[in-house]
Amino acid sequence: MRFSALFRIALRSLSRNKLRSFLTMLGIVIGVAAVIAMLAVGQGARASVEKSIASLGSNVLIISPGAFNQSGIRLEAGSGTRFTEDDAEAIRRESDAILYITPLARAGVQLKAGGQNWRTNIYGVYPEYLLIRQWNVASGVAFASSDEKSAAKVCLIGRTIADNLFGAGTDPVGQTIRVKNVPMRIIGLLESKGQNALGQDQDDIVIAPFSSVLHKVLGGTYAQSFFASAVSTEAISTASMQAEDALRRRMKTPEGTASEFTIRTQTDIAQAATATSQTLTILLASIAAISLLVGGIGIMNIMLVSVTERTREIGIRLAVGALGGDILLQFLVEALVISFMGGLLGIVFGVSTSMFLSSTQGWAVKISPVSIFVAFGFSAATGIFFGWYPARKAARLNPIEALRYE
Amino acid sequence: MSNPILSVRGLTKSYQMGETTVHALRGVDFDIYPSEFLAISGPSGSGKSTLMNILGCLDLPTSGKYLLDGHEVQSLDRDALSRLRNRNLGFVFQSFNLLPRTTALENVELPLLYRHDISSAEIREHAMQALAAVGLAERAGHYPNQLSGGQQQRVAIARSMVNDPVLILADEPTGNLDTRTSLEIMDLFQRLNSRNITVLLVTHEPDIAAFTGRQVFVRDGRIVRDIPTPQRLSARAELDKLPPTSTEELI
Repeated sequence: MRFSALFRIALRSLSRNKLRSFLTMLGIVIGVAAVIAMLAVGQGARASVEKSIASLGSNVLIISPGAFNQSGIRLEAGSGTRFTEDDAEAIRRESDAILYITPLARAGVQLKAGGQNWRTNIYGVYPEYLLIRQWNVASGVAFASSDEKSAAKVCLIGRTIADNLFGAGTDPVGQTIRVKNVPMRIIGLLESKGQNALGQDQDDIVIAPFSSVLHKVLGGTYAQSFFASAVSTEAISTASMQAEDALRRRMKTPEGTASEFTIRTQTDIAQAATATSQTLTILLASIAAISLLVGGIGIMNIMLVSVTERTREIGIRLAVGALGGDILLQFLVEALVISFMGGLLGIVFGVSTSMFLSSTQGWAVKISPVSIFVAFGFSAATGIFFGWYPARKAARLNPIEALRYE
Repeated sequence: MSNPILSVRGLTKSYQMGETTVHALRGVDFDIYPSEFLAISGPSGSGKSTLMNILGCLDLPTSGKYLLDGHEVQSLDRDALSRLRNRNLGFVFQSFNLLPRTTALENVELPLLYRHDISSAEIREHAMQALAAVGLAERAGHYPNQLSGGQQQRVAIARSMVNDPVLILADEPTGNLDTRTSLEIMDLFQRLNSRNITVLLVTHEPDIAAFTGRQVFVRDGRIVRDIPTPQRLSARAELDKLPPTSTEELI
């Protein structure tokens, strides 16, 4: 029998029980829509995580001191090892895969300006810090190496601080803020970076020369950690190894013992974060796949009913010369029409649900064409898989018994 | 006489019903020649339905030989039997067995749809010719539920002859019809037979069998009598004898 004739028979038989066909289709519609919407949410979450990791900078390495460990008692990070500027200098000298490195001295401080005050973190770093993090100055200028050498009382502030101390949208450049009663002149406003992967506001920050923070604010001699960048993405692991070797030599760590510091690379951080969002995507997609499976069982159920109801029709068709394959194809096409139409409606429904979630809930959603094809392919496969058994049952009916069926 | 179109020798059929074996046919030999119009009669349980199913290639015999239009039927598989029914046989049933929600024309087209060697246009043309032959050309677009019982049976007869079969098998074709409509159907069969179409009728009504040319009686799985009809009746003549009233609302 020609395909167009099979298609016509399928449409006619489906339109005979419109409500039933619609409800069967609904199972597939919901399944496909769920797959598309859930993948969109999952991939959207992943994309936003990736974006925030990229905001860390490019090819970044973070070198932190290990914890002091004696007789099994572990103290806080930095209690065992202390980094100095000389350590940073040594790493820079001995590791050709490292492009920039800066020590980092961080402290929680209360800022005052005019009548306002604000609690934040101040970062004491070399000018290279902005290059490592690929951070530009929105207004004003960044501080220079000369400021570092002279421990100049200058600083850069983030958008959040500017908004809170000087009012939203104002340009704070040229103003002075008091950091622990040390007056510092604002020479630049940092570009807004938004939240990081952990949801922290990256614009809530003051950046000043390392020497200024160390000597004028903190009053110490040690860096808390080092921030570095590799010359390229491929060189990250080499840079990490070279930095480790250089530090171990400087600290005279004996062969075979663990390093007294840890090096995390941007790749490590990205992998951890991506793994989390991937788990989320898989979880959402499997819930959606289960609903598609349930939809498929619905098709099988209704096709079995349809075969039983139409036993006599099958008998007539067999009597006038239909082959088993003709009957099989007839019912399979019917199941396919249900799942195809369900799949198409599901795409429309899934895409609009994703858009709805993104516009009303502000969720990051990302509808990929691949997920649409996958969902549609799965719905078609569902139709074939769950339509096969009822169709084969129909094809194997005994014509005499089928003709006698009341 | 020419060669038979259908020939069975030593045909038996037994069923297993639980512990007991039912012998529905116990050795049947007979032939059907071209242009014959014959009736198989017998009481219920005589085996005539079983014989009909085997002759109609809907079932296979337990033993014996069945030659239909040159095909050794007893050795064919399911799909080969389907093809044989499709090309060589036509069926008319007591309960019409038309597809519901399908027009008269589409019902007549049905056997041709399962052939792959003719175009849609030819299918339509053949089906229209068959419908015209049973006098229902103007009802081609009607659905079965818009047709009377007699008209439905005529559509079924058109379907049975659309593929130019060597034999039309009619199983109690007048069983669900009133006297006048039954006569009209028998008249149609007689006219088709006069155009050299071979028809095998299964009936338990002697007055219906009287319109055929040959009567075969089956009892306990065997043919007990096979005779030419002594006084063959004309359905047309019988129809003319009916009072003209009380007819219009029946059709």
